Amino acid sequence: MQFSDQLEKRFAELQTHYPIKRSALVPMLLYAQDEVGHVSDEVVHEIAARLDLTDLEVRNVVSYYSMLHTKPIGKYNIQVCTNISCMLRGAEKVFDHIRQRLGIGHKQDTPDGLFHLEEVECIGACCWAPAMQVNYTYHENLTTEKVDEVLESLRKKETQ
Amino acid sequence: MADLVSHPDEVRVVSKRFGEGATDIDRYLALDGYKATQKALTMGADAIINEVKASNLRGRGGAGFPAGMKWSFVPKQSPKPKYVLCNGDESEPGTCKDRLIFEHDPHSVIEGVIIAGIAVDSHQGYIYLRGEYRYLIEIMEKAVADAYARGFLGKNIFGSGYDFECAVQTGAGAYEVGEESALMESLEGKRGIPRIRPPFPAVVGLYGGPTVINNAETLANVPHIILGGGEWYASLGTPKNGGTRLFCLSGSVNKPGVYELPMGYNLRKMIEVAGGIWNGRKLKAVQPGGSSVPVLTADETDIPMDFDALMKAGSMLGSGAVVIIDDSTCMVKYALRVMKFYQHESCGWCIPCREGTDWLKKTLIRFHSGGGVRRDIDNIQYLAENMLGRTFCPFGDAAAMPTISLVKKFRQEFEDHLEGKPCPYEDHGKIEHLPVLTAWDHRTADPWAQAH
Ligand SMILES: Cc1cc2nc3c(=O)[nH]c(=O)nc-3n(C[C@H](O)[C@H](O)[C@H](O)COP(=O)(O)O)c2cc1C
Ligand code: FES
Repeated sequence: MQFSDQLEKRFAELQTHYPIKRSALVPMLLYAQDEVGHVSDEVVHEIAARLDLTDLEVRNVVSYYSMLHTKPIGKYNIQVCTNISCMLRGAEKVFDHIRQRLGIGHKQDTPDGLFHLEEVECIGACCWAPAMQVNYTYHENLTTEKVDEVLESLRKKETQ
Repeated sequence: MADLVSHPDEVRVVSKRFGEGATDIDRYLALDGYKATQKALTMGADAIINEVKASNLRGRGGAGFPAGMKWSFVPKQSPKPKYVLCNGDESEPGTCKDRLIFEHDPHSVIEGVIIAGIAVDSHQGYIYLRGEYRYLIEIMEKAVADAYARGFLGKNIFGSGYDFECAVQTGAGAYEVGEESALMESLEGKRGIPRIRPPFPAVVGLYGGPTVINNAETLANVPHIILGGGEWYASLGTPKNGGTRLFCLSGSVNKPGVYELPMGYNLRKMIEVAGGIWNGRKLKAVQPGGSSVPVLTADETDIPMDFDALMKAGSMLGSGAVVIIDDSTCMVKYALRVMKFYQHESCGWCIPCREGTDWLKKTLIRFHSGGGVRRDIDNIQYLAENMLGRTFCPFGDAAAMPTISLVKKFRQEFEDHLEGKPCPYEDHGKIEHLPVLTAWDHRTADPWAQAH
């Protein structure tokens, strides 16, 4: 399996960090997912081979970490925090609003493959609540209007 | 990028360089950067540990263990390499302070790691950040690369003859990985499952070597202690609780934010620092140390915020997250949201934690929807109490403690939901009403009934 040169460089660099190869596993999985879109069987197999692990050992790790997914998901992963600090400031309203706007629920994708929606646990934005991450980008102090702007700008980006 | 706040009562130590452009290494150097590391290299291990002990610096990750004492537990001689780990997993609900340190003052963390390394004669550090903090991983990686380029990391740092390597590691989404032994498992490329202790990490940690693990804020304080002196740092706080703390004031307030206040600052005043309760409402409760600590009622909030005072009040200072709750909040729902989190995050290794959180969540869902019976209230209490102290790591306690306190202190609110009564706080019709279970359903659905 082929990864980009940039990712190969990153993987090579990772191996200089530790006394054992396996320590690179979690970062490799996440970085590979960022490139491929999900942790496919191929990715599992390739990383297992590189780290002298069995596919099963790798799968065992994949299933533990909530950011890793084994199936393709929408291009923009909308992750809305509804944990306590966000809940106290209206996160549920925000989540419901997005649900209605996109017509999808928790862990579902829009039919055009553009959006994936997830209700997530605390993302470390409690003092700027309610908050969400779209892929890795934070959007904070959310209101329903602000959410609409974000969704609109992502849609626009796609049609351009 | 998270907004910064300020207040006249703040005492800025760790947040001193916030907003000052200190991610740039030259700017950092102009702001006294790397002076502490150079000083530490001339001090030697014992003097560093004594200075940190004198500072009364206690762990900012949650448990408040004295940092200097932790370092002194690392054996001087070790056949295996020793390690320093910076815990930047920051996932305790309500907590968002390490994020600001990484974002605004990444080199202070690197300095803290190096100095801890010198103190225990370690030559390798790792800075572990939660996977969601991707932009911070980039900031930290650049900071580490810049430090290498200047000779502040690597072989013969500052021409001292001391070698120190440091790398940044990303997680991939898991609260439990913030637990020290689970973090080591994760760094070894495994599922984040806790290890049995003893042996403690100071003796057998990462790759089986003696390991110091500290929270990012704990480590970021160290350079300031080395430069300003332990005594000065201790004097900022209360007895046995040195220095300041980044308090994450969140929830039902007008000006939520991360404020650096002296240890022992009064909780009521703290709520005022955050602009007071919002929307003209009244204070109902506070979770003073993140979602895993017992709640305080409004009447209990006239207390100094340090580890010992909160312990005395039956709660904990925890991770520095102060979640402020107004009187429009349903505490049953609050308890449910907290338990949903623990159920989701339990790593599943210990049965009391895995099963306990699941049953508690189910019971609370039913309860909040009006499908609870009186006995459920005691059942919640009973289940939670039976998790206490029965798990490999403190996760079980973290899930149980807030729950027990919520039932104890807000029992009336639980009673207000009994047997089909609609939640007094919810927009009616919004929640799905679950049926009140019959005695027979209860027997099959209820572990308490089966045990009796
Ligand atoms: C379930 C659980 C989650 C934890 N999460 C974190 C965390 O995200 N960050 C952190 O610094 N400490 C966390 N801790 C505490 C660590 O186990 C450890 O005590 C801490 O990193 C030690 O550093 P300190 O002494 O500087 O506080 C957690 C503990 C438990 C039981
Ligand atoms: S509770 Fe939502 S970001 Fe922390």
